[in-house]
Amino acid sequence: MHGFSVVLTPYNLVLMFVGVFLGIIVGVLPGLGGANGVAILLPLTFSMPPTSAIVMLSCIYWGALFGGAITSILFNIPGEPWSVATTFDGYPMAQQGKAGEALTASFTASFFGALVAIIMITFIAPVVANFALEFGPPEFFAVYFLTFCSFIGMGKEPPFKILVAMMLGFALAAVGIDIVTGQLRLTFGFTELLRGFNFLIAVIGLFGIGEILLSMEEGLSFSGKTAKLNMKIVLETWKKLPRFWGTAIRSTIIGCWLGITPGGATPASFMAYGIAKRTSPNGAKFGTGELEGVVAPEIANNSAGTSALLPMLALGIPGSPTAAVLLGGLLIWGLQPGPLLFVEQKDFVWGLIASMYLGNLASLILVLTCVPFFAAILKIPFSIIAPVIVVICAVGAFTVNNAMGDIWYMLIFGVIGYAFKKLDYPLAPLVLALVLGDNAESAFRQSMLISQGDVRVFFSNSLVGSITGLALLALFWPLIARMIAKAKGELAKQ
Amino acid sequence: MSERGSGTSAESGISQRSAELVVALLTLAAGITVAVASYKLGARWGSDGPQAGYFPFYIGLLICIGSIANFVAGLRVNAGAGGLLFVHWAGLRRVAAVLLPAMVYVAGIYLVGIYVSSMFYIAAFMVLLGKYRIWKSVVIGFSVSLVLFLMFEIWFQVLLPKGAYNILSFVGH
Repeated sequence: MHGFSVVLTPYNLVLMFVGVFLGIIVGVLPGLGGANGVAILLPLTFSMPPTSAIVMLSCIYWGALFGGAITSILFNIPGEPWSVATTFDGYPMAQQGKAGEALTASFTASFFGALVAIIMITFIAPVVANFALEFGPPEFFAVYFLTFCSFIGMGKEPPFKILVAMMLGFALAAVGIDIVTGQLRLTFGFTELLRGFNFLIAVIGLFGIGEILLSMEEGLSFSGKTAKLNMKIVLETWKKLPRFWGTAIRSTIIGCWLGITPGGATPASFMAYGIAKRTSPNGAKFGTGELEGVVAPEIANNSAGTSALLPMLALGIPGSPTAAVLLGGLLIWGLQPGPLLFVEQKDFVWGLIASMYLGNLASLILVLTCVPFFAAILKIPFSIIAPVIVVICAVGAFTVNNAMGDIWYMLIFGVIGYAFKKLDYPLAPLVLALVLGDNAESAFRQSMLISQGDVRVFFSNSLVGSITGLALLALFWPLIARMIAKAKGELAKQ
Repeated sequence: MSERGSGTSAESGISQRSAELVVALLTLAAGITVAVASYKLGARWGSDGPQAGYFPFYIGLLICIGSIANFVAGLRVNAGAGGLLFVHWAGLRRVAAVLLPAMVYVAGIYLVGIYVSSMFYIAAFMVLLGKYRIWKSVVIGFSVSLVLFLMFEIWFQVLLPKGAYNILSFVGH
């Protein structure tokens, strides 16, 4: 309750609506996404009080989570990767003239998913943080290790591509001055490289410029359906929604689980769609415009997107690229993310959690009332949108460090992002590794110092041992699953 | 998204296979560079604990291992006629049509600053790729730059680069 009093100042409320509004625009436009939008606007918040800044930035994130659905349903173009699954049934509904119904269902589902995840964060995050106060360097490294292993074991991309993308992120993080010894690392004599690579530049380039290049190659032309959205449609749709409670619960659980472990919103939405299709009595009709097929992925992606903030707040380990950017923001504002945050910065943490409740409510209101406006943005031709987005990205990249060199890096990262996306190299682990690289490395070094170079320190007590064991299980899960399937097959033969 | 790159055999372009192989070789080169540089820096156990190159050295090694695995996987991609395309030439030309002007744009920031360069970039992009009328393009380019200017220089007081030849000096910025 204390958090609400922190957030409910007129200044913060205005920032909240501005954030949600910008977030929806960012979610609607191809090429700008949640991670990107937050990265570009982050430098503008350096002068604000941290609580106001995080209120605005996290609201951009909520807005983007909601906004992605608008383009999926009306234009069959997912504004965000996590709304791809929403197109399967959302667009057919729009073609049948039921766009209003689909939009209402998706917004309501998004709100529901996010709300459950926030309630979970409210109650579980402090417990996790309290528990994590006992952590020493080996435990922290084990948690980092678990994060990265679950990427490799659970990602849908080829494991070695995930490995390469992630390790490139670590290598980029190592560039610059070594914090422990003060030595220069991997700078090859270039003074430009002394500062190291800022992850914000990488995010803006990989996601922003890379996406523009992809959209350009495909020669995008928008042709959308129009949506009528009035109170009558909203109320009628709301009457239908309670029928899908089973799907709602399953999708929420999938979303929360994949959000906390860094699976992220995109796989969560696909998985929820798949499971809803298998369990629903109307499963066979999925893909032709079933309301349930819109509800399932939207609940899952919003609950995943929201619960990705739990490990960020409680452990200092973000569950998604956007959470990683927010974490970078905390560091810049001088806050050390992790368990101590709950002890030392009570106002900040509870303010943020309160803003999650209010921000999602604000998002719901804004999207329900402003759909025609946001749909109109998409009618702007791509040949205007594309250069404007490039300009916004360039400005965003420059303001991070006031360095021209960063704009060039942004372009280079853009080309890398384009090639990686086309070849199925995942970008999320690269960004996470770039953000967490220094912390993971220092946790590793401190552990090694404690044990005098003995790797067995990661199994030295039951806590760190079980986290490390879990990490190895996650890493080799695809192999283990295959072996189990094989063993079952042999048993069946006998 | 490998399916994005799939094309019919009638179109020609860069094959998926060669793109996979080239990227794997590039990441391998990056991995070797990281490992060698870290080794030179000291990747052993020093008197006061792990040396600066200790952690990055293994990162470099892992990049190399992953790259080799990806290279081998890339060899198995069908390369014959009708095989997957990474990008066909028309698509590549459209990509270049964004990338090259963007480089000119960034270079332009050094000369005339971000506001003026942005205006020209947006206008030129609209005229050349969107086939808009020149006056329309200039108006939109100018408005976007003006909004940026108001937002950064005046409201947020964040100074953006003005370039070597500052055309905006007449308004006092």
